[in-house]
Amino acid sequence: MPLPADTDASTPKYLRDKYAIVGVGETPYTRGSGKTTRAMATFAVRNAMADAGLKNTEIDGMLSYQSGDSTFAPMIAGDLGIRLNFYMDVFGGGSSTEALVGIAIGVIEAGLCKTVAIFRSMNGFSQVRIGGTGARAAAPVNGDQLHSRAYGWQSAGQMFSPTFMRHMYDYGTTPEQVATVKVIHSEHASNNPKAYYKKRFTVDDVLSSRIICKPLHLLDCCVETDNATCFIVTRAEHARDLRHTPVLIRGVVGRCNKPRMDMHYQHGPISTVAGHYGKNILWPNAGVGPEDVDLTGAYDAFTFTTMLQLEDYGFCKKGEGGQYVSDGTMRLGGRRPNNTSGGHLCEGYTHGMNMVIENVRQLRHDIDDSCPCDAHGKRQHTYDYREGGCRQVKNAEVSANLGWAMPGTGSAMVMRRG
Amino acid sequence: MPGIRADYMGMALSIDDLDGENLAYFKHCSQHNFHLQKCDDCSLLRYPPNTGCPWCGSAKATWTPVEGKGEVHSYEEVHHAIQPAFKGHTPYMVLLVDLDTQKGKPSDVEALRVVANLTTPDGVLAPPEIVKTVGIGTRVRMVFADVTDGLSLPQWTVDETAAQPAKPWRYAQE
Repeated sequence: MPLPADTDASTPKYLRDKYAIVGVGETPYTRGSGKTTRAMATFAVRNAMADAGLKNTEIDGMLSYQSGDSTFAPMIAGDLGIRLNFYMDVFGGGSSTEALVGIAIGVIEAGLCKTVAIFRSMNGFSQVRIGGTGARAAAPVNGDQLHSRAYGWQSAGQMFSPTFMRHMYDYGTTPEQVATVKVIHSEHASNNPKAYYKKRFTVDDVLSSRIICKPLHLLDCCVETDNATCFIVTRAEHARDLRHTPVLIRGVVGRCNKPRMDMHYQHGPISTVAGHYGKNILWPNAGVGPEDVDLTGAYDAFTFTTMLQLEDYGFCKKGEGGQYVSDGTMRLGGRRPNNTSGGHLCEGYTHGMNMVIENVRQLRHDIDDSCPCDAHGKRQHTYDYREGGCRQVKNAEVSANLGWAMPGTGSAMVMRRG
Repeated sequence: MPGIRADYMGMALSIDDLDGENLAYFKHCSQHNFHLQKCDDCSLLRYPPNTGCPWCGSAKATWTPVEGKGEVHSYEEVHHAIQPAFKGHTPYMVLLVDLDTQKGKPSDVEALRVVANLTTPDGVLAPPEIVKTVGIGTRVRMVFADVTDGLSLPQWTVDETAAQPAKPWRYAQE
């Protein structure tokens, strides 16, 4: 893989490519899992271990994230016969995925453990609704929440919409441009046998779906699903002994913030998101730039979040996100496909995990689509991206995941084929 | 100060007895005065109330009266309410309003941006015929929705006395 000359990095460059993701696994993406988060997490971690070719005695670290809606790591380790030298359960959602990779690298580097399984297990449809409906919606409003929830300003869509609206005002971004994110991700999902929603949608479908919170239509919003997801991080030299082509970690951004997280709207421009700051960590640390990236995983809690992050991480000029997401660049077969699994808009909602899992498989050149397998079980990709067909990105070498918690907080990661 | 528990639109609102910042803020609101903390060191106002200056980190501040007038910086229109209290009031509007006071400070992209609903002058959620007239650029003034002793919520209503934009900016697909 050709790389540009090294640039100054804010973390030691010697960590580039020294760690790898060696195993990925998940449960089916469902609405109504019929299982506890404990049972699902155990299933997903076991799948990731099998994928890597690791025994339970070879995992000695575990990280998870949740918001009071899941099972803690030590319970899952116990159910898998894993004895842990390190674990931590972190509070949080979508900005955790890549941040936890950074933590995993740090604790391995510090000698606390050798191999870390990172998981997220959630019944985001059948137990704690990610859209904010159900028990959480009726919870009493206390203290600082009097400045938000007392005004009916509570769900993710409600909290983010002033950013989305202002981007349209500042830059002339159109509803049609933004709707194209859903169109493209739905095309990708139609080639993903695992996706919860495989139906292809048009711009008209999105714009004629009912308004949830203007400017968001129903189809601008991600799905709510029940699932657990896992991937495993270890040293690159260890990775070479395992089952798959290792996927090397080039650089990570972890929960990078705009100023003042209790009220980031005090800091303008409000149509700018945390990636504006994150890009100055991501690209120098990774030693690559947006132009070197073959595919992206820009978090699609909403169609808008994909656009805002691609823009602020520098995949296009500021203000040209609407053009970028609608000109075909991020479609399979385009210059830089985004969320080839269908992402949170279509495949399932995992707080960012499935976008990393997808890019790991892409960089292995072993995406799990419907292409035929050879005698050795190796998939023979056709690169025919018509509905129901291939979704492997040809010659994928470098990926970027852009994780989102809210306009003011994000994480990111660059990976490359080892 | 003792804490506060009250009902507003069927929602349980509360402020804990230890939460001095919110108790002070909402006490001023209950007297229909809008006060914000002004930093004793850098002299900048801040919103919402908190325990230190986001601009310089100083712990020292003084509650200072602030004029409740400004312009809509961004907005949303909620058509699918999440909270039971708001189910009967859709579409309702959440406004992010640039106060005139301290606008453009400490840099030109900053302002004190105060969140509240669009309401009628008596502090009741605005009906749809008013909602559809408001957008980015609309001039608004603060009113208060009384909840209980020591707690009123700031709200925004269209400023009848201000010069309004000919056509405030509204979402394109209408």
